[in-house]
Amino acid sequence: MTGVTDTASRVRGGIGESAVRPDGVPKVVGSFAYASDLWAKGMLWGATLRSPYARARVARLETAPALALDGVWAVLTQDDVPGAPTFGQLERDQPVLCDGEVRYWGEPVAVVAADDLHAARRAVAAIEIEYEALEPQVDPEEAEERDDVFHRIRIRRGDADALGEVVVEGYYETASQDQAPLGTEAGIAIPDGEGGVDLWATTQWIHVDHEQIHPCLALDPDQVRCHPAGIGGAFGAREDISLHIHLCMLALRTGRPVKMVYDRAESFVGHVKRHGARMWYRHEADHRGELVRVQARVLLDGGAYAHTSKAVLANAAYFAAGPYRCDNVVVDAAAVRTNNPPCGAMRGFGAVQACFAYESQMDLLAAELGIDGMELRRRNALAAGDPMPTTGQIVEGSLPVREVIDALEEIPLPDDAVPDDARHLPGGIGLTTPPDRVRRGVGYAVGFKNLAFSEGFDDYADARIVLTPAGVEVHTAAIEVGQGLVTVCQQIARSVLGIEQVTVVADDTSEIGSAGSTSASRQTQMTGGAVYRVAGELRRKLLERFGGDDLSDEGVLRDGEVAVSLAEVCAEGPVEEHVRFRHPETHPTDENGQGDPHAGFAVAAHRAVVDVDPDLGLVRVVRVDTAQDVGRILNPAAARGQVEGGILQGVGLAVLESLVLDEGKILNASFTDYLLATSLDAPEVEMRFIEEPDHWGPFGAKGMGEPPTISSTPAVVAAIRDAIGRHLYRVPVLPEHIVGL
Amino acid sequence: MEIVRPSTLDEVLSARVEMPGAELLAGGTDLMVEINFGHACPEHVIALRRVDDLKDEGDGRIGAGVTWARLESSDHRALAQLARTVGSPQIRAAGTIGGNIGTSSPAGDGLPWLAAVDAEIEVASQARGVRRVPWNGFFTGVKRNTLEPDEVVVAVVLPDEVPANQEFAKIGRRSAMVISTVSACVVRYDDGRVHVALGSVAPTPLRATRAEELIAAERDPSKATLAEFSRLVAEEVRPITDLRSTEAYRRHASGILSRRLLERCLARC
Amino acid sequence: MLIEMTVNGEPRIATVTGAESLLNVLRDELRLPGSKNACEQGECGSCSVVLDGELVCSCLVMAADCDGSEVVTVEGLADDDWLHPVQAALVEAGAVQCGFCTPGFVVAAAHLFEHHPHPSREEIQEALSGNICRCTGYGAILRALENLAGGAT
Repeated sequence: MTGVTDTASRVRGGIGESAVRPDGVPKVVGSFAYASDLWAKGMLWGATLRSPYARARVARLETAPALALDGVWAVLTQDDVPGAPTFGQLERDQPVLCDGEVRYWGEPVAVVAADDLHAARRAVAAIEIEYEALEPQVDPEEAEERDDVFHRIRIRRGDADALGEVVVEGYYETASQDQAPLGTEAGIAIPDGEGGVDLWATTQWIHVDHEQIHPCLALDPDQVRCHPAGIGGAFGAREDISLHIHLCMLALRTGRPVKMVYDRAESFVGHVKRHGARMWYRHEADHRGELVRVQARVLLDGGAYAHTSKAVLANAAYFAAGPYRCDNVVVDAAAVRTNNPPCGAMRGFGAVQACFAYESQMDLLAAELGIDGMELRRRNALAAGDPMPTTGQIVEGSLPVREVIDALEEIPLPDDAVPDDARHLPGGIGLTTPPDRVRRGVGYAVGFKNLAFSEGFDDYADARIVLTPAGVEVHTAAIEVGQGLVTVCQQIARSVLGIEQVTVVADDTSEIGSAGSTSASRQTQMTGGAVYRVAGELRRKLLERFGGDDLSDEGVLRDGEVAVSLAEVCAEGPVEEHVRFRHPETHPTDENGQGDPHAGFAVAAHRAVVDVDPDLGLVRVVRVDTAQDVGRILNPAAARGQVEGGILQGVGLAVLESLVLDEGKILNASFTDYLLATSLDAPEVEMRFIEEPDHWGPFGAKGMGEPPTISSTPAVVAAIRDAIGRHLYRVPVLPEHIVGL
Repeated sequence: MEIVRPSTLDEVLSARVEMPGAELLAGGTDLMVEINFGHACPEHVIALRRVDDLKDEGDGRIGAGVTWARLESSDHRALAQLARTVGSPQIRAAGTIGGNIGTSSPAGDGLPWLAAVDAEIEVASQARGVRRVPWNGFFTGVKRNTLEPDEVVVAVVLPDEVPANQEFAKIGRRSAMVISTVSACVVRYDDGRVHVALGSVAPTPLRATRAEELIAAERDPSKATLAEFSRLVAEEVRPITDLRSTEAYRRHASGILSRRLLERCLARC
Repeated sequence: MLIEMTVNGEPRIATVTGAESLLNVLRDELRLPGSKNACEQGECGSCSVVLDGELVCSCLVMAADCDGSEVVTVEGLADDDWLHPVQAALVEAGAVQCGFCTPGFVVAAAHLFEHHPHPSREEIQEALSGNICRCTGYGAILRALENLAGGAT
């Protein structure tokens, strides 16, 4: 990208600084308004009746007893859906409310609106409902045999019968993981009195919500407005509709604002989660360890409805061979339908599951060959200009696989001294483990993923910039979920314009075009890219129009002096520019999975050091160090935050987190038994960034959010294997697996 | 809902009689969870937070109202160790040993210690006054105990002899805020008696008496004896497979944990 | 029933109808939404407040039991002109991402420093082990607080 002058060095709060986030102070003083904090006069509270069965027929549903209660204003079922009966991001297959057949535990059957939360809960309890329980189908392998699939992907590249001198095979399992953002699903819908409605709700993409909501309400697009709201974390949980349509229906029916907040137990079943996966792999290599053939069978359990299973499967399939060269690749992947709770996006989006499998395989291969694991990876490392092993797409731009491996290995290992303090030992303050029972292990993994959307999807982000005498406003529909996009947008605008006073304004669906999803590690590149472009346009036009050579908060400068003040520049009103930014084109693949489906890639390598108590199977993750391909760091503190946060989620999948399912029911839908890492569980993290500029990101930046979560999990498992010398094939690794019981 | 906020034990006992069926509210760390999720909806509540009579500590008594935060600095070594592992700092500031006893969960963190030191639970009622129940007469099953509806847990009463040589450990899947998979407490008396108590491996806290018999008076047991000790503990526990762990793991871990604690006690002899 | 409390130094009266938690009363009755509801089980610390001098989870406190009590919430820590040092430290260090856990951390850390001005890293971790963060991985939070612990408070 061109057009950037040297303002970056002059303006404060520009790119490259750890600029403080604009919403930081409101958040630390408790005044930041999350969706769950919103309030409207005359507001009613909503609540949801959910199925206690994973599969059932609704034999009888009587809402009148609930409606008869004091303070209850609406009780709605599928019959009350004004328009399209189903919704869904890629496929509209989920009924707004149960259509008579329950397909997953917790599926919404009815919603109510009442004076307060207690009245709403009483109303839910008063709905008379009889279910005829059916046998839930929860085995993904049986579902595949029945061909009950959302999608299949077949990849054939090169010679399907190629043989290597060395063969390793393995079976791997990854559990379903919950995003568990601390802010649960919440929203408020306010009818506009003219048949339309305004919605503020937890989301990652207001425009795609809007697209699904208005047809179900039988409303024109301009009758529904989706507004950004304060989000308490997302990690993929917010990518799909949860309470949105329900809230709008209740608001329209009652004519009053309606608010709904899911409690934690409800949140567990109220949003999509990471697909559990089963993977069968066969790696063949020559005696030097160069990959000859990779074969993978990948099975993702999509749960009851489609959501984004198709796209998650695509990632699992396209990244199934890892960031390695291989000319012969066979992948058969399926996302199946079961009566488990629906799955969808979670940070890493399919690439996580595959990485655990292929990195476990690479370690097996290294052991078989007697080669160091990282050396094996180096020998096979993909680089720019190479064809992707799965799709054959020539990697454009940067992909510093070898460099991240080298940089990671340069980070010194901690010394071997076993700590005295219980907090540093496996078992922690539980005092289970004496220092002399500890065995240390070190493990490595490398993982990669695409950036932004793929396969020909029209991926774009709109941004509008407005210059007033008070400064610059950057308008975007991009959702800030905590990652710091709002800060990066300010920084980019500052650096391009040379103006420090920049405010980012979150617009609703009626005010601006889509920014696309806050996911796929895409917003820094996409919305950041749009801001870069639109700020550049504004600057160019202002300098041209006023004959200046630079801009500042005072106005247009000529030879360092203010030639035209901002007030004069805006004499006829604010100056606006608008841009719709698109990344380089991508294309769908053919029937063999061949083509150019991806816009760009990012790679990261992780090294985990764990201390294990082999007799009790307890693990302390001491360190997870990393080297990550980032293009260009725009905000060092924010980058660090993404890496540390992502690594801990990867550690979670490795040793702490899984949704425990029993015949379709989630047994651990609470923070008591769905274990998130505490500060005592957090490893030390040292990181190195490889800044090889990306070919289309603003200032060469790449997305950073997902790579930390992808190869951190297999690195931790590899470290545990190193400590105990036992084969581990599934995550999370539990004490009983380590002990061998 | 009606709430009374007594400030003396007598007031509590009267309230128990005047409001039969009222919920007792100490730290709230168990009851409020039930209420928040709609599993409990009490009409009457007796709040115990202000009753200083329940907060005394010393002379072989620990008042039911003593919080885990205070017990983190108890002179009883294993009690201090276990107090540190209860919930989180926020939970420890509010949660009480009396509440732990009243809830009588198989995983109650304080219960193995009570069993190991052979504590008595002192309860009181307006009608019958004070009575003391040995720990193994108090806990009868999963979340069940012999507290009468008009009674209140007043204190833990310790025997005259409670050795200083005590050790506790708790296995959980993460480093803090965790319900124990297995917990154990070992106490060694000067005369060589050893008490081995475990939690989360039976409906109530359990003493591994056969293992205790084996190891009694041993000052320097052989590896074989220690292995047998471990094996006996693993045999005596009655764990289940549940959401948090498996029977096989719990059995295995019971043996190992007990042995480690015993070794710590022996090292101190 | 009416309960009278001192909240953030000011006398406040709240109507309590049942067994609802202090968290609910703070947020819905007293319009102090800074304390957050993320689990309602005492497993995340997002609702942390200081009650009669003790750091507790307000979701586990029965509001009806707070008559006559003193409560400090996140909204009570900054004064008119200045952020509390913990608040300033967290913002400066980039330790705030989605921010949902932040009020709980602020209250817990402020409480820690009031009693232990110079805690070690491990002491900070243990004191904050009841506060869950899903975004930051705790790194920046611990760095911010370690810095504070190292200097004057």
